[in-house]
Amino acid sequence: MNIYLKALKRDLHIAIRNPSSILNPLLFFIISVSLFPLAISSEATILSPIGSGIIWVTSMLSMLLSLNALFHHDFDNGVLEQMVISHHSLPLLILSKITAHWILTGIPIILLSPLFGLLLFLDNNGVYVLMITLLLATPSLSLIGAIGASLIVGIKNSGMLLSLLILPLYIPILIFASSAVSQAQFGLGITGQLYFLATILMVSLMSAPFISSIALKISLE
Amino acid sequence: MLKVDNLSCQKGYNLLFSNLSFKVNSGDILRITGTNGSGKTSLLKILAGLDVQEQGNVFLDNHKLKSEAYQQEIFYLGHLSTLSEKLSTLENLEFLTKLNKSTKQIQLTKALSRIGLKGYENEYCNKLSAGQKRRVILAGLFISDAKIWLLDEPFTALDANGVTIIESRITKHCKQGGLCLFTTHQNSDILNQKVLAL
Repeated sequence: MNIYLKALKRDLHIAIRNPSSILNPLLFFIISVSLFPLAISSEATILSPIGSGIIWVTSMLSMLLSLNALFHHDFDNGVLEQMVISHHSLPLLILSKITAHWILTGIPIILLSPLFGLLLFLDNNGVYVLMITLLLATPSLSLIGAIGASLIVGIKNSGMLLSLLILPLYIPILIFASSAVSQAQFGLGITGQLYFLATILMVSLMSAPFISSIALKISLE
Repeated sequence: MLKVDNLSCQKGYNLLFSNLSFKVNSGDILRITGTNGSGKTSLLKILAGLDVQEQGNVFLDNHKLKSEAYQQEIFYLGHLSTLSEKLSTLENLEFLTKLNKSTKQIQLTKALSRIGLKGYENEYCNKLSAGQKRRVILAGLFISDAKIWLLDEPFTALDANGVTIIESRITKHCKQGGLCLFTTHQNSDILNQKVLAL
C-alpha cells in the first residue's frame, strides 16, 4: 500500500508542476459547456431537458482528452519498464496512476458540475443527482480508459485510436448516468441507474488494473 | 550462478541471436559487445524479464526467469533516462529506490554525493545535463542490494571521472559476490572482465 501512495504522490507532484496537464481538460469542459447555451438557446425550457446530456458528454470527452498521456511519459522515459520489473504489484502501481488521473480530471469536473447544472437550468434535484452520477461514474471512465491507454502506449499519435477503442465502452455509462439525471428532474426513481453505475464501477475497479498490466507488459515486449 | 541455455531472440524477420548459451558465476563481470542491432539490449531485456525469448531458458541458482525469486535479484538499468523532468534528482531517486525495494540503509543524498552530484539534490532533472541525468540513475547502484546488475550502456554520456566511479562500484559489487552484465561500445578498464561478443 505504501508504494501505491508513493506512486500517487509522484504523479500528483508531476501534474502540479505541469499545470497544463490539469488545466487543458478542465478548460475544454468549461468552454464546451458554456458554448451550448450560446449555440442552442438560453431558454430554460430548451436547455433544462438536455442539460444533463451536455454535461455528461463534455465530461466524458474532457476525461478522454487527458487519457492519452496516462502512460506515455513513463513509457518514453523508461519508468514503466522499472514498474514492470519491480517487485511490487504492477496492477497496484497502475491503480495509483488511474487514481491520480481521476483526482486531477474527475474531481474538478464533479466540483464544477453544480455551477454548470444551474447554468443549464437543472433543478436542485437534477444537480444533486448529476453530482452523484459523476461521483459514481467518473472513476469508471478513468479505469476503463486506462485499458485503452495501456493498449496503445507504444503507438505515436494514437489519440484517435484511443477514442475508437474507449468510446464504445463509455456508452452504457453515458446512457445510464444522463437518464438518471433526466428522470430525477421528473421526480422518477433512479435507483436502477445508480445500481448499474455502481456495478460498472466495481467491475472496472476489480478488472481494469489487471487487464492494463497485461496490456502494458505486451506493449513493452 | 546465472545460466543462459540455448537462448534465441527474433525481432520481426530479424534473428538477433540463436542458441546462445553461457554461465556467469558470482563475482563475474560480463561485458557484452557487438555491433548496433546485434541484440545486446534485447539480451539484457530478456534477462531482466522485460522481453520474451523465442526459445531457451534462463536460470539463476535454479530459479527460473520471471519467477519471484529471480526477479528479486535483478537490478536493470536501460538506456532510457528513467527520470521525470518535473521531479528533483532526490525525488526521482527515491521513487526508483522504492520500486526496487532496496533494503540498504544508505541515504539517498549520500548516494548522490558518491556519484558526484552533491548539491544537486533538489535540482529538477530538466535542468541537468545528459551526463548528470545518467549519474542520477547510476546512483541507484549505491543503493541496490540486488545480486545481478544488468546495465545497458552505463557509461554513455559520462565523463572519465564518472566512468571510473561506476567501474569501481561494479568491481566492488562483484567482489562482494554479485554479478554484473553490461553492454558498452566504449573500452572498459574493469579488471577480470569476461567478454561476450554478439
